[in-house]
Amino acid sequence: MEKKNLETLVGLFVVLGAVALVFLSLKAANLASFSFDSTYQLKASFDNVGGLKIRAPVKSAGVTIGRIKSISFDDKRFQGVVTMEIDRRYQFPADTSGKILTSGLLGDQYIGLDPGGDDKNLQPGDSIKLTQSAVVLEDLIGKALYGKAAEGGGNRQKEGAK
Amino acid sequence: MTIDNLVQIDHVTFGYDRRRLILTDVSLEFPRGKVVAIMGSSGSGKTTLLRLIGGVIRPQSGTILFDGEPVDPSDTDKLFAVRRRLGMLFQFGALFTDLNTFENVAFPLREHTNLPDSMIRDIVLLKLNAVGLRGAASLRIAEVSGGMARRIALARAIALDPELIMYDEPFAGLDPISVGVTANLIRSLNDATDATSLIVSHDVEECFQICDYAYLISSGRVAGHGTAAQLRASEDPEVRQFIRGEPDGPVRFHYPAGPIEQDLGLSG
Amino acid sequence: MNPLDLLAALGARVMGWLNALGHASLFFGDLVRHTPAALRRFDLVVVQIYAIGNLSLVIIITSGAAVGGVLALQAYYALDRYGAAESVGLLVALSLLRELGPVLTSLLYAGRAGTSLTAEIGLMKAGEQLAAMEMMAVDPRSRVLAPRFVAGIVSLPLLAAIFSAVGVGGAYLIAVKLIGIDSAAFWSQMQDGVDVFKDVGNGMVKTIVFGVASTFIALYMGYESEATPEGVAKATTRTVVFSSVTVLVLDFLLTSLMFSIKS
Repeated sequence: MEKKNLETLVGLFVVLGAVALVFLSLKAANLASFSFDSTYQLKASFDNVGGLKIRAPVKSAGVTIGRIKSISFDDKRFQGVVTMEIDRRYQFPADTSGKILTSGLLGDQYIGLDPGGDDKNLQPGDSIKLTQSAVVLEDLIGKALYGKAAEGGGNRQKEGAK
Repeated sequence: MTIDNLVQIDHVTFGYDRRRLILTDVSLEFPRGKVVAIMGSSGSGKTTLLRLIGGVIRPQSGTILFDGEPVDPSDTDKLFAVRRRLGMLFQFGALFTDLNTFENVAFPLREHTNLPDSMIRDIVLLKLNAVGLRGAASLRIAEVSGGMARRIALARAIALDPELIMYDEPFAGLDPISVGVTANLIRSLNDATDATSLIVSHDVEECFQICDYAYLISSGRVAGHGTAAQLRASEDPEVRQFIRGEPDGPVRFHYPAGPIEQDLGLSG
Repeated sequence: MNPLDLLAALGARVMGWLNALGHASLFFGDLVRHTPAALRRFDLVVVQIYAIGNLSLVIIITSGAAVGGVLALQAYYALDRYGAAESVGLLVALSLLRELGPVLTSLLYAGRAGTSLTAEIGLMKAGEQLAAMEMMAVDPRSRVLAPRFVAGIVSLPLLAAIFSAVGVGGAYLIAVKLIGIDSAAFWSQMQDGVDVFKDVGNGMVKTIVFGVASTFIALYMGYESEATPEGVAKATTRTVVFSSVTVLVLDFLLTSLMFSIKS
């Protein structure tokens, strides 16, 4: 009957739309790369969190194993506190260190975890003790200039001593 | 005790805006089981009366009674209850173009009753049979002629066996055969179902053939009323002009204008 | 002209606009109020989804593929200069998901589905179909208007998703198959940069807002049109113009809300 036909077609349309949405979420976006249940939280404090954003990846050995949940300010020690959600499947030693890295030269920033050698593992809610802050471009430039200046000065001294 | 008049219009005054009144202090009665005609020239307010009875608009003053109860547009529940007891035939049918003939007639049944499909089918076919269009049940609205469309609309209007059937210009634009068919249908339906019929029309002869009583509306007032014989014999100039179809009389032939010599540039 | 007359004319104009605005708001309120009734008669909504959604698929799919392909082409020329040609997928995906998908789909929708809604409602009104329904104690707002309103809100996000998905597909064909960019790089760059909530999610929120606005405008213009052929023609033109402008303005507002707040 006409009506049945119509309903089937509409159903197909809705399915098509849903498939498109799923395709977009999985293939185009980052839904598949991380599942949302079974995570535990770890914290890390940095002197400078740089351009780190919420939902930026947490990687170890280059593989995404977590996401940044929130970034807050600790006004007792004047540091940035990053709360991460790590996939429950992966445990890290208690002396793991965390670095803020940049993907590519000018890309988005993320946290990289370097595992330590401790027998005991980090428990949910623990903080990572060893951290390395983000590289700030201005500091880098300043260091280069200072280094160059120091080198130049040293050479002159050598020449002067001759 | 049943009220004699199914519909009663008491001293109703109405205008869409305050300055231009369409109806002034009109009173009409529509007794049960009778066919009553409302006649008048275009724009005299005939269709407005139908809209007042249907509760689409509210009068500035006066009351409209349906079966003794006032028709109140603001009381939606009561209004819908009243509307379920009446059927209206619009001037060009007003059929739903996205449904076919059968579905159009079935519409009120589907919307207002919980009858099973088989019963609806029977009722629709019976109604279409009453208007002579049972064979056209599967046609789409785009495929039917004007006269047929009106008959289908009539079948739809009587689907729920209403107590009051209102006809808005049922004869306008129809060929003589269709006019005869329609007039016949109106009368026989009324008598067969014991309904009350209200015809708004300016076709004097057809109305006189089938109606029991008639009102003549002119310039927003009731210019005359009575049986066909009474109206034909009336001495009132407005009534006479209308009944006899005289080109000039109280309703002037010329639209108001200055003297023709002025317009043609001839000096007096 | 007498300055007082001018002022009076201006005042009358403003009053006219205020009146129209109030009238339109009441109409919108009516649509929303009758939505539950429409949901109860879901068979009516389904019929409308077919008319609005299914019948728009051809234009949406063709446009989506074309836009995706063209974007990829243009983006490639620009990005290749900086050695970033592999980011073509990322650029196209973000543009489609955040902006072009919602906006272009809504503009196409206004033109195709919006005008047909306006014309249909206008003609129904002119043919006294809505009045006849009222006389039969059936509220045309529940039976005719609200189902179309719901159908529009349901259909537009689906159409936009299809547009964006097909667009990404078109970009893939051009970038990977035609130009020769590495397929793995194409997808991984895209996945790295496109966020489900921020990009896909916000894009969908936009389309829902656009769907509400465009469908409402289409229905309103039809309902208020004059009962003549010219009146209906004018109304359909108004639908396209008003819908388009509204979508673009809303897009600006939503974009500034969604994409400039640092997350």
